[in-house]
Order: sequence, then C-alpha cells, then structure tokens
Amino acid sequence: MATQATPNLSQPAGSEHTAPRRIWVEVLHDWVTTVDHKKIGLMYIGYALVFLVIAGFEALLMRVQLSLPNNHFVSPQVFNQLFTMHGTTMVFFVGMPILFGFGNYLIPLMIGARDMAFPRLNAFSFWISAFGGLLLYFSYLGASGLSGAGSAPDVGWWAYAPLTARAFSPGHSTDYWTLAILLSGIGTIGTAVNIVATTICMRCPGMKLNRMPLLVWLYLVMSCLVFVTISPLTAAQIMLMLDRYLGSHFFDTQAGGSAVLWMHFFWIFGHPEVYVLVLPAFGFANEIIPVFSRKAIFGYPAMVAASVGIGFISLSVWAHHMFTVGMTSGANTFFTLATMAISVPTGIKIFNWLATLWGGKIHFTASMMFAIGFLFQFLIAGLTGIMLSVAPFDWQLGGSYFVVAHFHYVLVGAILFMLFSAFYYWFPKMSGRMLSEKLGKWHFWLFLIGFHVTFDLMHIPGLEGMPRRIYTYEADRGWMMWNMAISCGAVIQTVATLLFVYNMIWSYFKGPVAGPDPWDAWTLEWSTTSPPPQYNFAETPTVESRRPLWDLKHPLDPDSHYE
Amino acid sequence: MSTAAVIPHTTTEPWVLPARGIVGMACLITAESAIFIIFIVAYLYYLGKSITGPTPSILEIPIFTSICLFSSSATVHFAVSALHAGRRAATSLWLAATVLLGGIFLGGTAHEWYQLIYRDGLTIRTNLFGTTFYSLVGLHASHVIVGLIMLSLTLIFSLTGHLTEKHTGRLEVLSLYWHFVDAVWVVVFTVVYLLGR
Repeated sequence: MATQATPNLSQPAGSEHTAPRRIWVEVLHDWVTTVDHKKIGLMYIGYALVFLVIAGFEALLMRVQLSLPNNHFVSPQVFNQLFTMHGTTMVFFVGMPILFGFGNYLIPLMIGARDMAFPRLNAFSFWISAFGGLLLYFSYLGASGLSGAGSAPDVGWWAYAPLTARAFSPGHSTDYWTLAILLSGIGTIGTAVNIVATTICMRCPGMKLNRMPLLVWLYLVMSCLVFVTISPLTAAQIMLMLDRYLGSHFFDTQAGGSAVLWMHFFWIFGHPEVYVLVLPAFGFANEIIPVFSRKAIFGYPAMVAASVGIGFISLSVWAHHMFTVGMTSGANTFFTLATMAISVPTGIKIFNWLATLWGGKIHFTASMMFAIGFLFQFLIAGLTGIMLSVAPFDWQLGGSYFVVAHFHYVLVGAILFMLFSAFYYWFPKMSGRMLSEKLGKWHFWLFLIGFHVTFDLMHIPGLEGMPRRIYTYEADRGWMMWNMAISCGAVIQTVATLLFVYNMIWSYFKGPVAGPDPWDAWTLEWSTTSPPPQYNFAETPTVESRRPLWDLKHPLDPDSHYE
Repeated sequence: MSTAAVIPHTTTEPWVLPARGIVGMACLITAESAIFIIFIVAYLYYLGKSITGPTPSILEIPIFTSICLFSSSATVHFAVSALHAGRRAATSLWLAATVLLGGIFLGGTAHEWYQLIYRDGLTIRTNLFGTTFYSLVGLHASHVIVGLIMLSLTLIFSLTGHLTEKHTGRLEVLSLYWHFVDAVWVVVFTVVYLLGR
C-alpha cells in the first residue's frame, strides 16, 4: 500500500554517471528552472534562513544600542531603519517563506500527490517573493533621493500615515518598502491558491478530508485566511502607491483623507497575519507531538473545528491594535470580547495537545523538547494576550515594551520554537541525514535560557513605562538593569542559533544516514525514501485511515477499525 | 468481526475530486473580492468628505454600457456550452460577441473619463471623490482589460482551429473570471451610480 519499493527508480536513467561530474552552472540552472515542489520548498526555506540571520543581526544591533542608557552606538536614523527592517523582514521574508517552504515540501508528500496543483505558479510565486526581499534590501544601496543615497525604509513595519506621505518620507525608501510588500503579497496569494487547490484536488484515493493529516488541514485554513488578509494589505499598498506617485489623497490628511483608515486597513491584515503565521506552527505540533508521545492525536475533529474557528474569529479582532487611537465604547467592547473569544478555540488546542501527551510514552528528542517548550510558552503568550485584549489595560500599556514582549513571546516562543522542532523532525526527510541530537539539546537549552532571559524580563520595563521604538533613555528611569539583561539574553539566543546553523551544515555532510522512517511515524511522507525521489511515490498510495503507516505496520490492528 | 489478518485493500468506490482549475479560480476570485471590498469601503468612507471640487452628482448613469457588460456574461456562457457540444463555429461567434460587448463597455468608461477630465476638471488628484472614484472604477476597468486580452487570445485560438472540445474545462475557468468581473460591476454600479450619487 504505502511503502514504496523504489531503489532502482530513484534516479532517472542517465543521470547516474553524470551526477558527480555536473558543473555548478548546470546545478544552478536546475534550481532556477525547477518546478518541483520539494526544490521550491527548500529554496523557500534557504532564502528565509538567510533573511533570518540578517534580521536577527538587526535585532542584535538594536539590543546593543539599548543595553546602556544614553548610548550612541548607532545614530537615531539608523535605529529607525533597524526596527523597520527587522519587523518587515521577519514577517514577510522570514515567517511567510519559511512556513510556505515547509508547506510546499510536505503537503504533496502527506496527501500522496506527485506535485502541487500548479507547479509553474508555484515557481512564479517563489521568485516574485524572493524578488520582493531583494528589493527591500536593495534600498540600502538604491533608495537615493532627497535624503541622500542609501536610505533604508524607516517608517516602522506598520508605516502609519501620514509618515509615508511624500512630505514626510522624501526619497524612495518608502517606495521600496511598498513595492517589496506588494510583490511578496502577490507571491503569497499565488502560493495560497496553490495550497488550497492541491489540498482539494490532488489527494490520493481514500484520503478523505477527515483523514487528512492535521498539518494539511491547518495549511488549508491558513491559505484561506491569506485570501482575506493579504489582499486588503495589497489594496492598501496600491492606495499608498497612488498617493505617492499620482498625488491621490487616500491617506492625505490635508485634503480630508484619514490616517485612521490606513490603521484599519493595515490591521485588518496585521492581526490575522499572526494567525497565518501561527496556524502552520500548530500544524507542526499536531504531527510531532503524537509521534513522540507514541499516541494518535487526541480529538482530531475538535482540532479541525478549532482551527476553522480560529480562522473565522481572527477576522474580527483587528482593532484591538487600535484601542489607544480612541474608539467608541461599543467598538472597544466588541473587539475586547472578540479577542477574548479567540482564546477558546486556542485553549481547546492546548487541551488536546496535553491530552495527547497524557499517558503517552514520551520520547524526549530535540524535536519533542522544542515542541514542549512551544506548548508552555504559547500558553503564557496567550495569557498576556488576554491581558492586552482588555481595553483599559491596553490604554495603559499599548505602545510599551510589554506589547513588544507579548508578541515576541508568540513569534519566538511559539512559532520559532515550533519551527526549530519541525527542522529536527523533517530535516532527515529533506536531506537523508539525521541532525545531531547532542548539538540539538545544547541548542534547545541555550535557546530556552536566552529566550526567557530576553522576553520574560522585557515585560518589566514595559510595565514600568518604557515605550517601544525609543532610540535611547535616561539613566535615572530604572530600566538600565532590565535592558542590560535583555541584551545579554539576545546574545545567548544568537549563540544558540549559530549552533543550530553549524548543526545543519555538519549533519548535512557527516550526520548518520536517516533511512525512510527514522521516527517510526505514521504519515505518508515517511513511506518514501529520504530524500524523496522526484516523482515522490512510485505508485499512487491508497489510504484507509488517518495513520496509513500505522495500518501498514500493524495489519492486525489498523486504525480504520476505530475511525 | 473476523479474527483473520485484515489486509488493507484498495477502495472500490470511485475517487473523484474537483477540477483544480475551477478551485484555483475560485480562490483567486476570493482574494480579488477582498481587494475590491477594501476599495469600496474607501469609496463609501470618503463619500461626501471632499473639501473642494466636483461631487458625485456630476456622474451620468452608464446604462447602455452596463447592459452590454451584463449581457457579455450570457454570451461567454453560450460560448462554453457551444464548445462543450463541439460546435466550434458557434464558439467563435459567441466569443467574438463577448469581446465586442466588453470592448463597448471599456469604450464607455474611456468616454466617461474623458468627459470627467476635460469637461468637469475631475482628476485623481482633484479631491477625495476623484481619488476614490478613479481608483475603484479603474481597478474594475483593469480587470476588464485583463479579461478582454484573455478572451481575445481565446478567440484567435478558436478562429485558427486550436480550440477543441478538450479545452472546455479551461474555457470554463476563463468564463468564471469573466462572470466575476461582471458581478463586481453589479456592486460597483450600485455603490457608485445608484447609492452614492
């Protein structure tokens, strides 16, 4: 059924003797012209990792600047560019591409398909997104204008009007920002179209919707969310371009335009975007936690329902980013309640993951340790989220370091931890070699300590009134000790990340050979070789339950008897 | 319940999934709808907020060209049916009618804009009405242009005999897009010319 006997087919005839002697131009040509979902997935991941290092370095520079009061390590202008580039890069050119990379790689393998539904659209989406990222960083060289050559965008990642108007952002740095996001948005929508069409139309026989791996379900919900969240951002960017190039007045307060309208448009995108990023992380957890607990996932239908519920509710919470702008009490109440309501389906998910762990035979691999770290940190991030959803509390702390600490708890503590977990889990499938468990555990503990030193402590100066995005501060504010400790935590995280990069490079060449199924897992991607052949499966698999490989390994007790 | 080993067997029920072209186009339409909604919200939000310059009362209702666009939905549907039935000459005829009707609509928009610019002095930078009107109607017109390019290409393929019954599915995907362009015009027409005037 599922396991494939493919050794003699794993290489197309003829390439066997040319393979070792291929020159780099051929290899490059191969990657640039590929429409194979696995290669495109790997390119997405590699591209995102490069930007992760760049944006992480920007964060480090900001932490150096803030570690001491009255510090002048970088100039105020450079500091503004650093937080703008850090935020924009991390959301659009790290988070989205790395998640799409995993999705591209895994979804066809998990549903037993040969490729994505539209392979050429897939390649187009990747290259247009990649071009967007290059354009953003080209601004360091090319954004000349009234403010002189080489000025990166410095309007913040949410680019509030009227800062972006020609009068306040002369030169072209804001144009580079807008174009980069516009291109990345087109690529994102293209990939989302592809993921939905693949999931609906390419499933192997027997893979009914209620038998799909939960990861595929979450990518389906995430892609549907992309249509209604990235599109408003694209529309808003078109309006901004019209304002800047054709002299229209959408966000021009001088002609009666509204700056608040931009805020609404931005956050209609901005808040669901958090869920676009976190839903795939949930998907990783749904695959990894059961395998290392040696139990089937607890409450599969509830997990699906909760995911779809999160997708819908996340569309009605955006204005909790705008409590401090001043809204009517009706609007404040609505957005407070909606934001609190979204913690219900999220709570169901956490409950189900804990119930999956309960009574399981837990294997503490590096991947599982990151997943457990994710569980606890995501819970805390959710709790500070509920605190901030209360409008009066938000009036006090909106725009402070408490908010920065909260959303980094989600983005780093939850999403990045789950991404690391996914790397340890699927690296063997992608490369054919295991990552070093010893280095992995060093990576986990160092990163865990660095993370908590940085982001636990970051709540405190926020509570003490330290505003976000300030360039420097006076020595008598009492924030110095906290900021020093936060910066030290950032250094520990950097060391841990470098360890991870070293681990990937070392293991790629020297790691132990993985074999097709190193974790004794249950989903279809483990039934083919590691790395999978170009055609994925020699014959189309047929599935009878949610865990096809369990059925294969336990023919006397298949899951299909119980579902 | 038998105690013998149960070998998982191939499902015998037929395994049919939706066509990927239709699903892909439905996704694209969802995304495009979100873009249009944002522009319509901006139009309604700024209605009557212009500080200077002309107001929506200068607009004339484009009844004839709108009827042309709406009927082109029917003609493109007939083109798909004709291709499905293998009547290639009829396909070409209906496609040509669709292109013609869409072209008339686009010409009507061009004429309207010419009048607005040279008679009423309304441009995209005049005031908020100009900004939101030209961007919303222009966004729709650009979708009409994209549709017309694709329909014209199809017409050329049809006239040169390259369009056969096996392409019915693809023509159906294109017709979905064209129906969407028409449906958007129903909303834009209502908002701009009926409610907003």
